[in-house]
Amino acid sequence: MSDGTVMVFLNGASVVVSAGSTVAAAMWNAGQPCRISVTGEVRTALCGMGICFECRALIDGRAHRRSCQVVVRDGMVVETQR
Amino acid sequence: MASGATAAGMGHLVVMDDSPAQLALTQYSRSIWRELMAQLPASVEYQACGTIWVAADEEEMVEVYAKSRICASAGVQAEVLSPAQLANAEPRLRDGLAGGLLVPDDGVVYPPAAAGFFLQQAVQAGAEFLQGSDAVFASQGLVRLANGTTLTADRILLSPGADCSLLPGLPIRRRKGHLLITDRYPGFLRHQLVELGYLKSAHSTEADSVAFNVQPRRTGQMLIGSSRQFDNNDAATDEKIVRQMLQRALAYMPGLGQLSGLRLWTGFRAATPDKLPLIGPAGRLTGEVADPSLWLAAGFEGLGITNAPGAARLMADQLLGRISMIDPEPFLPNRFVAQETVYV
Repeated sequence: MSDGTVMVFLNGASVVVSAGSTVAAAMWNAGQPCRISVTGEVRTALCGMGICFECRALIDGRAHRRSCQVVVRDGMVVETQR
Repeated sequence: MASGATAAGMGHLVVMDDSPAQLALTQYSRSIWRELMAQLPASVEYQACGTIWVAADEEEMVEVYAKSRICASAGVQAEVLSPAQLANAEPRLRDGLAGGLLVPDDGVVYPPAAAGFFLQQAVQAGAEFLQGSDAVFASQGLVRLANGTTLTADRILLSPGADCSLLPGLPIRRRKGHLLITDRYPGFLRHQLVELGYLKSAHSTEADSVAFNVQPRRTGQMLIGSSRQFDNNDAATDEKIVRQMLQRALAYMPGLGQLSGLRLWTGFRAATPDKLPLIGPAGRLTGEVADPSLWLAAGFEGLGITNAPGAARLMADQLLGRISMIDPEPFLPNRFVAQETVYV
């Protein structure tokens, strides 16, 4: 969008976020967990710099992408990694 | 506990048929695993996922039919898969494969947890578990630990894995392997898949080799193998053979290349010259004069988890003088002593 925002789809809902945001930030602001752990716990970004792998999410069909290292793009489809 | 091959291996419970004795032991052992299934704690992650032996070409399909006949004659359930049935069973395999053999009763466990379960049962039955100090000497009913502790027993059962420093005379060689574990991709893979070429890889006695062998875990993770290297005692990962191993896997399942690998490690199999384990009295394998106190359960190569329960029954039967369900003769350690005598 021309106003410095983009629209992404987070777990099926369309969300407007600032252009240049990381996917992890977009998920945090929308209250969506990045992933569900193997024991069923909700997880989100921890280190924010691509080291801890806590922020893995399903982005445009690709599993286990580190959402803190991916910048949002208009029309991007993001889902909590299960 | 479970610090050697038990922690490093895949935990594939598989009937192998490359000799009648191996078929008998793996089939017997797998039947015990299946009896235990209901008692195993969830941490053991038992899954009856079955094995599919994947045939790349018509030559390997000939092996599929041969294997299926052997399975039928031994009473092991197995089903020949056409290319379409193979693709239906495992859609992520590449196109153009010739078919396969599904062995539905094979399975998977998490070996360290299984070892923990068996240990706990032994302790409940009165065994005392000592850890933290290596056994450095075992002979004539006496075991000495590195910390100076001395233990005595009429019978000493040695299960040294691939570390034969206690008994250097054993006919066991270390055979290094690599495994890689991926992140979680539930539904990517349903069965343990092994290329039929694996049999060539596992049997070639000297050269380094790799084979396509992938396993689904209950978490959705996958283990990717396999490699075999003799005379490489370096526990570090070997980039050259890992690359070959992964290229082999990609040649069968190209989608694996899109997945994240989490960890890569090595382990050492304990290989014997005839591919069968040593189960029974050590006899003269440990010296010129037989030491009746020493017994062996060793040399299981890649089948230690599969064969653990069968080997334990054979051992208990021999110690107690009971008749075994299968012939223990092919596994007696003295078969290697007898061979030497013939040629000396």
